[in-house]
Amino acid sequence: MSTEVATQYELIEVDSTTGLLSWVSTVDHKRVGILYILLAVFFLLIGGIEAVLIRMQLAVPGNTFLSPEVFNQLFTMHGTTMVFLVGMPFFTGFSNYLVPLMIGAKDVAFPRLNAMSFWMLPFGAFLLYFSFLTGAAPNAGWFSYAPLSTKPYSLGPGIDYWLVGLIVMGVGSIAGAINIVATVLCMRAPGMSLQRVPLFVWIMLMQAMLIVITIPPLNSALALLCVDRWLEAAFFEPVRGGSALLWQHFFWIFGHPEVYVFALPAFAMVSEVIPVFSRKPIYGYAFVAGSSTVILLLSYGVWAHHMFAVGLGTSANIFFSIMTMLIALPTGVKIFNWTATMWGGSIRFSTSMLFAIAFLIQFVIGGLTGIMFAAVPIDWQMTDTYFVVAHFHYVLIGGVVFAIFAATYYWFPKMTGRMLDERLGKWQFWLWLFGFNGTFMVQHFLGAMGMPRRVYTYADNPGWALLNGISSASVILMVVGTIVLIWNIVKSLLHGEVAGNNPWDAFTLEWATTSPPPETNFDSLPEIKSRRPVWDQQHPEYADWKFAKTPEDSGRRPDRAKVCAWAFVISEAVFFVLLLVTYVVFNSQASDDGPSAETVLDVPRTAIFSGFLLASSLTFWFSERSLRAGRRKTFLFWLGTTILLGIVFLCGQGWEYAGLISNDVTIDRNLFASTFFTVTGFHGLHVTAGLIALAIMFTLGRKNHLTKVHSKPFEAIGVYWHFVDVVWILVFSIIYLGAFKL
Amino acid sequence: MFPVFQPESPEAQAIYDLFILVLMISAAIFIIVAGLIAVALWRGRSRAILPKQDFGSEKREIYWMVGPILIVIWITAISAKLILTVNAFPKIQPPGDEMAEADLTVTGHQWWWEIEHHESGIVEANEIYIPTGKKLRVKLQSADVIHCFWVPQLARKMDVIPGRENYIWLEAGKPGVYQGRCAEYCGNQHAWMNFKVYALTTDEFAKWESGEKVAPGTPAEPAAVAGEKLFFAHTCSNCHTVAGTVAQATIGPDLTRVASRKQLAGGAIENSTENLVRWLKNPQAIKPGCKMPNFKFSDDEARQVAAYLESLN
Repeated sequence: MSTEVATQYELIEVDSTTGLLSWVSTVDHKRVGILYILLAVFFLLIGGIEAVLIRMQLAVPGNTFLSPEVFNQLFTMHGTTMVFLVGMPFFTGFSNYLVPLMIGAKDVAFPRLNAMSFWMLPFGAFLLYFSFLTGAAPNAGWFSYAPLSTKPYSLGPGIDYWLVGLIVMGVGSIAGAINIVATVLCMRAPGMSLQRVPLFVWIMLMQAMLIVITIPPLNSALALLCVDRWLEAAFFEPVRGGSALLWQHFFWIFGHPEVYVFALPAFAMVSEVIPVFSRKPIYGYAFVAGSSTVILLLSYGVWAHHMFAVGLGTSANIFFSIMTMLIALPTGVKIFNWTATMWGGSIRFSTSMLFAIAFLIQFVIGGLTGIMFAAVPIDWQMTDTYFVVAHFHYVLIGGVVFAIFAATYYWFPKMTGRMLDERLGKWQFWLWLFGFNGTFMVQHFLGAMGMPRRVYTYADNPGWALLNGISSASVILMVVGTIVLIWNIVKSLLHGEVAGNNPWDAFTLEWATTSPPPETNFDSLPEIKSRRPVWDQQHPEYADWKFAKTPEDSGRRPDRAKVCAWAFVISEAVFFVLLLVTYVVFNSQASDDGPSAETVLDVPRTAIFSGFLLASSLTFWFSERSLRAGRRKTFLFWLGTTILLGIVFLCGQGWEYAGLISNDVTIDRNLFASTFFTVTGFHGLHVTAGLIALAIMFTLGRKNHLTKVHSKPFEAIGVYWHFVDVVWILVFSIIYLGAFKL
Repeated sequence: MFPVFQPESPEAQAIYDLFILVLMISAAIFIIVAGLIAVALWRGRSRAILPKQDFGSEKREIYWMVGPILIVIWITAISAKLILTVNAFPKIQPPGDEMAEADLTVTGHQWWWEIEHHESGIVEANEIYIPTGKKLRVKLQSADVIHCFWVPQLARKMDVIPGRENYIWLEAGKPGVYQGRCAEYCGNQHAWMNFKVYALTTDEFAKWESGEKVAPGTPAEPAAVAGEKLFFAHTCSNCHTVAGTVAQATIGPDLTRVASRKQLAGGAIENSTENLVRWLKNPQAIKPGCKMPNFKFSDDEARQVAAYLESLN
């Protein structure tokens, strides 16, 4: 680590005394992590209450306990809450808490960014839940299919709160994920090569990378729907030339990788729990790690398996069927490895281990029904029925939530210094095991009986009342189990057995420090020569490095500001690619309905203004060189020129907009105008943001706060600035030159 | 009880066969995996000594994957074959092919189905009468949001998407009544967007067709005549069609044959005079949020309108 890192640490040193304010102002990764987890717990209860109400309504046929309006709001909010306010924060919380500890770092790469990422969430959640007070909570389902979610069919403000809430939370998630990527790549302790990080860290790195590329498609879909709803464009309105399917494509390009955003951390957690309670290392580390990377790569190519029933062509059906089958394989690899890890082990049936075992079995069931859906004709029968509800709850509760429980019992002692009560833990386990399977196993059969999902009530068809009754009644067991867990947590916090540093005889670095760890995490680190440094310390005669060689640490760490900039730029690139795809989709066929690129755009004039923007990249490069060389005057001169050139470009864009609008080419005119203003408008916003960053740099430079040692963060801003230029080159060739039509 | 497992058409049968095969394969995989886990746990339950620190073997990992890979290829192949068969739908017909025209057009509305028989021009709502043993080409389209057409015993489900025409085959192997539903969430009353397919023998179907072609009756008794007045005074004709009158709108179901239908309101209630009156008095009480407003008919008025509607048949 360079000296520059050290100076930044001094900057972020904050008062860490107790009290509510210290929690609000904290930038300590452990406290931020706990805040994330508490938020997730809170919303798990809210989302759980919503689920209980849903099951109460469905307990008997023809029930009038809830109106359809309320029921539809509840299942929409249940899904949205569980995905964005429970799943995401739980894992980001664990990741925040554990990743720096596991790699022997003092904190995450950007502690203040970390706090900001967290606080975006409660704000987003507030917006989302505020909708209840307006009397119109969102009610179009958690995937808000257009055109149901467009203005003509959802007049109320519910969907608008949903859109804004999700954008706010999404921005927070991307920032949080970038932080984890930078932390793992840049902050590892000496000796901790990337091939030696615990599987939890590796898989969470994959998950963070996946978040970076998977939230942007959602953001572009949300942006388009906002433009539709607020500015009266028609991206998703077929009667005005829009496409009902575009939303589905964009949503599921986000939505399916999102499933792996949940599944990967569950894999990460049990990959720590199972080895420790089998007293063996993970079997086939490279395969578990590698298969996670394969999942990351494949998950982007399976989205349309949510759309087999929309009438895609034969080749699309077969392609996405094959891709979905393929992604089952790396998951299968993991099942084998976890089983093989337990094979020949010395099993300790702690509550944590029980949850991990149940995870394994239930995840296999959810995975196998997933294979059934990948066989397209079966999907044609079973999709959108209770069979699919059962399937994804087996993955998300039977798999993911059980893994979270395993993680809770496993890491609670580290986070609080107290053990959870094992007897109460086992009560919770069995209550949840029977409650969960009772609720969701019968739903497979309801699907085969023809019960569609998302119906607020149903007729008294043969068998439906019985199975729905069983399903609803079983929920009681999960509710009681949850109360037991809460009681356990309260009781253990007050009088729980003191944990000590390493109560489980575990392997990884977080167990080398006190429970809970001090603010700077470690007083001293054990030597890191293998994947299990704490095991090596405890069992020197069987130390891993004696038996299994792992690649030595080269000691090189990339600059974290650069890593951050690149991750951010990749995320933004995905966003723009999808916006440009939208442009191409809606403008590839010549239409004589209103303005088009050929008829209204002044290409030569915009080309000249583009020249200004491109020149600013060059001047930025000059200023960067001057800063490195320590020539303040020339640095400021070139930076000032860069800012000026950017402003000239924006003025050109303003001129162009004014001309178009005075000619009645406005964003609601037709799809060319909508796509044109959306793409160039978002680009303009990015230029503006870049200019603000540059202006801050300029001010810092003038006051002499920006010197040679800060050249790395300055270069990081440069990455962004050049990126904005590259995007413009694409925008210009696609929109102004019509490159896609050649 | 299990319509998915009681297929009554060749297409549904083929899907069922595939489902059962994949179900068996999955069950076998589950038993093997769960069995291995159980054995591992049983053997390791009281092992006190420190177990051998086994880091894994690349060779074994690769051997293991052979089985799953073969299974995945197998399932992919058989499902791809079935995709080709079912999708071998002449959706894009060579121009001029007379077969290109659909036999039926089904239009999804919030929250009911409109069915048009092309040859006879008969229009139905929420009931589809078909001849048994005939493969019918169905064009699916939507008047508003996305719906999904699903008759589990007869055909695959297919989304009904605004701005897009989807096609499926509909065929019943034997006479009977087959439950259909909207399977894609389409707003407030998605739950009551059910329909039924009535597969008749060829003779019965011909009889039904000719019955449908008989001109609607004219109201004679005083209650029905009063009801007719109310019907046209209360803007009913802005949304509904009654053949042979000025009421020709298609926002709500065609009411010419409403008295002959088995169910009302997308399956929410059985059709009887009492229920029809109840519906007319306040549709919002039966199907809250549906597009038909509450006209606040008095008991008598509702009975008169019902009498009018029933006199049409």
